[in-house]
Amino acid sequence: MMTCEQAARLLSDSLDRPLPLRQRIPLRMHLLMCKLCPRFLRQLLFLREAAKKYAEGEGEGEFSLSPDARERIKRSLAHQSKEVPSRKNEK
Amino acid sequence: MKNNPSNEMRQALNPETWLKDHGDYLFRYALVRLRDKTVAEELVQETFLAALKGKEQFKGHASERTWLVGILKHKMMDYFRKSRQEIPVSSLTSPEESPEEFFDRNGKWKEQPSHWGNDPRETLEKKEFWNTFEACMTGMPGHLSKAFALREIEELESEEICNLLKISSTNLNVSLFRARTRLARCLEKNWFGTSPGGKKV
Repeated sequence: MMTCEQAARLLSDSLDRPLPLRQRIPLRMHLLMCKLCPRFLRQLLFLREAAKKYAEGEGEGEFSLSPDARERIKRSLAHQSKEVPSRKNEK
Repeated sequence: MKNNPSNEMRQALNPETWLKDHGDYLFRYALVRLRDKTVAEELVQETFLAALKGKEQFKGHASERTWLVGILKHKMMDYFRKSRQEIPVSSLTSPEESPEEFFDRNGKWKEQPSHWGNDPRETLEKKEFWNTFEACMTGMPGHLSKAFALREIEELESEEICNLLKISSTNLNVSLFRARTRLARCLEKNWFGTSPGGKKV
């Protein structure tokens, strides 16, 4: 029988490519007999969902720009605004 | 001027408040995907500067934030392309040989994956969860979080990621496996492990 390590790797792979039959069948067998690997699969699917939600902007954590970086960006923006005058008036 | 819709669209861009309105958002966006604070800060700055230069191109179809994120994404892809040589060779060559973190010699789980409750999705509604998620993402080695972010957050196909990072598909599979397992472990320890009913084995 396939080991948990082999099964776990295939479970991860299965999220990225379709598994060939010769891998799929032993994996199914393993999942039927193992109590831990199906949990791992559910965890993988949860991660996928979380990442998707995160990409949609749901997740807003606590990281923020440092005051230093903020100041630097502010200055460079101000600098650039002077260099590139709005072209609105040219139209 | 108020009656001219295209002018009104233009008015929707407010460079003066970009930093205040979107600075942290863009920073987080970049940080979680790149894992490097300095680079994330630089890219946010570059994004604003590019946006300022190209503000005539803003059509107003999308929100200001979506537009800025689009620019940031381009900057990030450029960065990935440029930085791929800098990925430490040791982390990529024969990844199979590095010591296995999660399994014993017989291929059994060293730490058993736990049951995350009946509906872990409820978790995604909780604001605090995302702090843990981000901390776990940024706590991973850079090449792992990069692979995970490109695959699961950007939803690129494996082939695209291999081309972008110039790595083999075997390398990518291993990196994704490691990243996912680490992330799962990290969430298990720092989130699910602390919630009631989460630690049933």
